[in-house]
Amino acid sequence: MNHDIRKNPPSAAARPLDPARIRGEFPALHQTIRGKPLVYVDNAATTQKPQTVIDALVHYYTYDNSNVHRGVHTLATRATEAYEGARRKVASFINAGDPAEIVFVRGTTEGINLVARSFTGCCIESGDEVLISAMEHHSNIVPWQILCNESGAKLRVIPMNERGEILLDEYEKLLTPKTRIVGVVHISNSLGTVNPVKEIVERAHARHIPVLVDGAQSAPHVAVDVQALGCDFFVFSGHKMYGPMGIGAVYGKREFLERMPPYQGGGDMIASVTFEKTTYNTLPYKFEAGTPHVAGVVGLGAAIDYIRGIGFPAIEAHERGIASYAVGRLSAIPGLRLIGTAKERASVVSFVLDGIHPHDVGTILDREGIAVRTGHHCTQPVMDFFGVPATSRASFGIYNTREDVDALVAALYKVKEVFA
Amino acid sequence: MDDLRDLYQEVLLDHHKHPRNRGKIENASHRAEGYNPLCGDKVTIYLLLRGDVIENVTFEGTGCAICTASCSVMTEILKGKTEADAERIFGEFHDLVTSDPDSEFDASKLGKLAVFAGVREFPMRIKCATLAWHTMKAALKTPGGTVTTE
Repeated sequence: MNHDIRKNPPSAAARPLDPARIRGEFPALHQTIRGKPLVYVDNAATTQKPQTVIDALVHYYTYDNSNVHRGVHTLATRATEAYEGARRKVASFINAGDPAEIVFVRGTTEGINLVARSFTGCCIESGDEVLISAMEHHSNIVPWQILCNESGAKLRVIPMNERGEILLDEYEKLLTPKTRIVGVVHISNSLGTVNPVKEIVERAHARHIPVLVDGAQSAPHVAVDVQALGCDFFVFSGHKMYGPMGIGAVYGKREFLERMPPYQGGGDMIASVTFEKTTYNTLPYKFEAGTPHVAGVVGLGAAIDYIRGIGFPAIEAHERGIASYAVGRLSAIPGLRLIGTAKERASVVSFVLDGIHPHDVGTILDREGIAVRTGHHCTQPVMDFFGVPATSRASFGIYNTREDVDALVAALYKVKEVFA
Repeated sequence: MDDLRDLYQEVLLDHHKHPRNRGKIENASHRAEGYNPLCGDKVTIYLLLRGDVIENVTFEGTGCAICTASCSVMTEILKGKTEADAERIFGEFHDLVTSDPDSEFDASKLGKLAVFAGVREFPMRIKCATLAWHTMKAALKTPGGTVTTE
């Protein structure tokens, strides 16, 4: 196993991020929308892709395309090496101890479905409880709901306060002898809250309850160390971290992955098959039935290389700066209300404007070339909690600048003018 | 013409800020709820028919400016029209908002509905403009149900 790629060269850590250079590496950013330069601040939905990721996909399909495993020809070897090499990169990216604990899936949603389905198969019975938080994305609510309905388990919800912070005392009370698993989002996609995952895990582990962390919004923005967090499952998507769509990963502790039944049956996930009996393959292949998205995995590996080339110290410092600048400038707009004001926050800023529907905001911003997301962000319970049908959300990444925030703010004044 | 291509023009904003026929018809003969899961727009359309003539039509609900203005304009237009008229006008309106943004349209035939031509530039917003009409149609056919724009 190769761990050396985990360390960024010291110079990269010390060097601040250069947004101008980074912007030059993302071809999609260099276009005009309705005659205005594109300002892309919809990174929580998906990020744009650097040329190196696009090139990795093209290179794979141009030269290395083959099905993985069990082939003895040269292309099969190349594809398999690229696929397994990327698995090692993913493992080291989140500091998993063993690449066999990394399962490739389509994305966070499929990853959570995998864990919910398979973990229920081994470890949840009627009368048990599954605990999630009030700020979960639908993808960390609905799979558990389905499994609870099937198994007779109960879904319990950790409440939050009006700033969008989990109430840890209430959490403590909800951890009962019946709790079988806790599912919690690392960074909320609609509020920007950074949850105290380490503490959440510690409190659950004190009662021998495993924890799943939805890392869709954290993997691209903060250095994740699953061993330091202590979580039992960590799930994330490639496309929100400058990688391709349709690929993501589940990290699961070996002790759980061994006990959990397969998610899907098919080729590649078996050791031997007869019509009487099938023996399942070892980890992680037990959970990877069928031909995988090899090109996507290769692209995800390229995205990890790209992020590492910049380094998380620089990424975190840059995005913290943009987020606090955005919060300051947006709060100063009369009639604007921030939704989600947690003390610990990431570069996701949700807001509503008095008397103006977020979809009208989004359309007028689009006319100014600005891409924000408007809607319930797949967190309808969060919208209900704050009493709004939807919000507008700006979310920032490595290529965003203060000028992007300025353009957003200027356009919001135009929105107010139209609706004055 | 340029004027009409602008989505948020005066007439539309006026209907959004001062919606006509907002409220309930207590003795409505037909009623339906419409929901646009994309926006969270929710409207209820009330109709009072005498024979096949729409004697009164109102709406309740919350939505974006396009949705509210569409409800307002629709209720204004449909008062006094027959069911067949309503179907025909909906057809003309639907053809307008789903037509190519660069294509010509007959503004004189469409009357007030022409203000929604700007929606053509924003395909994601067409459902906001048509929710009122789909709901009205549902009310005429199956009083009491909920429709969505999906």
